[in-house]
Amino acid sequence: MATSPLSMQVDMDDFLPASEEEKAYMVQMRPSSTFFRDGCRRLFKNKVAFVSMIVIILITLSSIFLPMVWPYSYKTQLGVQPGHPVDPSFNNLAPMEYSTTELAAKERGETVFPHIFGTDDHGRDYFIRIVYGTRISLAVGFFASIIVLVVGMTLGSVAGFMGGRVDMVIMRIVDVIYSLPDMLMVILLASVMRETLGPVLEGTVLQAIGSNIISLFIIFALLYWCSMARLIRGQILSLREQEYVLAAESTGAKAGWIIKTHLIPNCISVIIISTALQIPSAIFTESFLSFLGLGVNAPMPSLGSLASEALNGITSYSYRLVIPAIVISLIVLGLNLFGDGLRDAFDPKLNQ
Amino acid sequence: MAQANETPLVDVRHLKEYFPVNTGFFKTTPLKAVDDVSFQIMRGETLGLVGESGCGKTTVGRTILHLYEPTDGEVVYDGRPIKNKADIDWFRTKSTMVFQDPYSSLNPRMTVSDIIGEPIDVHHLCDNAKDREEKILQLMDRVGLNSEHASRYAHEFSGGQRQRIGIARSLAVDPEFIVCDEPVSALDVSIQAQVINMFDELQDEMGLTYLFIAHDLLVVRHISDRIAVMYLGKMVELADAEEIYDHPLHPYTKSLISAVPIPDPKIARANKRIPLQGDIPSPLNAPSGCPFRTRCPYAQERCAESMPDFKEVTAGHFVACHRTEEINE
Repeated sequence: MATSPLSMQVDMDDFLPASEEEKAYMVQMRPSSTFFRDGCRRLFKNKVAFVSMIVIILITLSSIFLPMVWPYSYKTQLGVQPGHPVDPSFNNLAPMEYSTTELAAKERGETVFPHIFGTDDHGRDYFIRIVYGTRISLAVGFFASIIVLVVGMTLGSVAGFMGGRVDMVIMRIVDVIYSLPDMLMVILLASVMRETLGPVLEGTVLQAIGSNIISLFIIFALLYWCSMARLIRGQILSLREQEYVLAAESTGAKAGWIIKTHLIPNCISVIIISTALQIPSAIFTESFLSFLGLGVNAPMPSLGSLASEALNGITSYSYRLVIPAIVISLIVLGLNLFGDGLRDAFDPKLNQ
Repeated sequence: MAQANETPLVDVRHLKEYFPVNTGFFKTTPLKAVDDVSFQIMRGETLGLVGESGCGKTTVGRTILHLYEPTDGEVVYDGRPIKNKADIDWFRTKSTMVFQDPYSSLNPRMTVSDIIGEPIDVHHLCDNAKDREEKILQLMDRVGLNSEHASRYAHEFSGGQRQRIGIARSLAVDPEFIVCDEPVSALDVSIQAQVINMFDELQDEMGLTYLFIAHDLLVVRHISDRIAVMYLGKMVELADAEEIYDHPLHPYTKSLISAVPIPDPKIARANKRIPLQGDIPSPLNAPSGCPFRTRCPYAQERCAESMPDFKEVTAGHFVACHRTEEINE
């Protein structure tokens, strides 16, 4: 077909019918991606969050497994052995230093495990006390957040879902708790509960944990659920207005079904994120209370109580304050950065 | 088609739905979203419901399904008044709803098969997983979705496909009556035609009855047997689809019909548009008497005094206007 050289008309001979392969290629769909997988991909791309996740995992694993293989225990006073006079050379060892007994053993060719961070003034290996303290602090942080999550989620979703009068009552309680100075409340409750809980726990399994830790959990359950409840209430309120909830209602779904299949799955990312951010704040509160002497019971260490004990010898043994402080900072910073990363990765509203 | 001697499938009697609105401290004013609406839908019929935004169309649909508790009036379905919880539970297996927004009406965390299977799970319609799976695939096939889509999430689909998912969900309980709440107004025109035709086919295959809510008059005319026009919570006119197009009686309907775009410019030029003055009044502060009187070119004193009756002017043609005869001389 003759055309003018200036013609814009498309030459139809340039077009070829597509082969079957090409057609198949065009209709190929990308593999189905779930919300969770998308979020994980974004999380792993975030270097800061990824590194802090690894740090947290390392600290957690070592706090769980190191005490099992370590030759020393957090409560044995190395200088005190039955049938022998007390050996004071074990007390207050500097990092990597050995006591006279151990030096004698080394002379004889025996291998003696080093005290990496030295020992404290009772002759206990300081490294394992730090590791054990980390374990306690992490456990307190974790379980306190779970308690906060359960209480906050229950009350928040009930308030958001029921609305009206129930919502008003719960939210006014939240307001009241918010308006109280929480540190004062914590200290008051902790000291009252130590008196009341102590005799009750005597002889039970819980005695090992100590009344202070139990009262700490109770304090978290009583006071710290507020922000979680507010958050979840807000989420539920906005999700309730979604048409898919109305659609579920129009098929005759009951309230329980709607909460279970529509509301909770849609705010699960917010729940996970705020729980992750709740852990460091719980650890911080625990350390703070332990530092004030309201934390764990005597032989059991926590990072806060270790720091508190170290205050007595701060001029001679300042590293005993610095080490737990660094570990607390690492945990809190790591969890906060990881929580931020989680939020960036899983909260779609922030991504838009 | 409507037959006079048959009992209607859905009989809506003096339905009222007022929402309390806070207008000050401890003071609420009722917002009359639906005010004394009565109509009937015959089995196998499609009733189109039109009106401008905020006139209460959607509320009528939702109140009929008892998603909102009616303030007054009753709905009689297949001869059984829907009153207590047991009635509503029974009614839920007979009637479903298709929603306007194909984006917010599908849960983003559920797969297509879970979305479509939700009514099945809620009513325990299938005994085992295999039956459920089969039923879901059958529903997907019926609305023109591929079976390989079943494990995907709603966000992976286009608007038209998502609306098909919503329709499949509404068919899952084998309903008799479906309230279609502007099901095509969020879709673009080419998809609208597909979905509308699908509604038509489904009606033929399954003997469905529709209440088809829309604001696009051409769409409504295409699918409806009869059309009802609402204004400010009240029904102003109800007639057969062709009748209402050819002989609209109420001044509001006249104006609406005259605003429908006509694809032939010659005819379009010959037709005169009837523009309305002003805006739709707030339903919180509705005018006395006839709600349309503030914008009606024929309004008189008596229009402000009393609400005109919704009376049958010719067979099957109802209108609520004091001056029907004078205007249509």
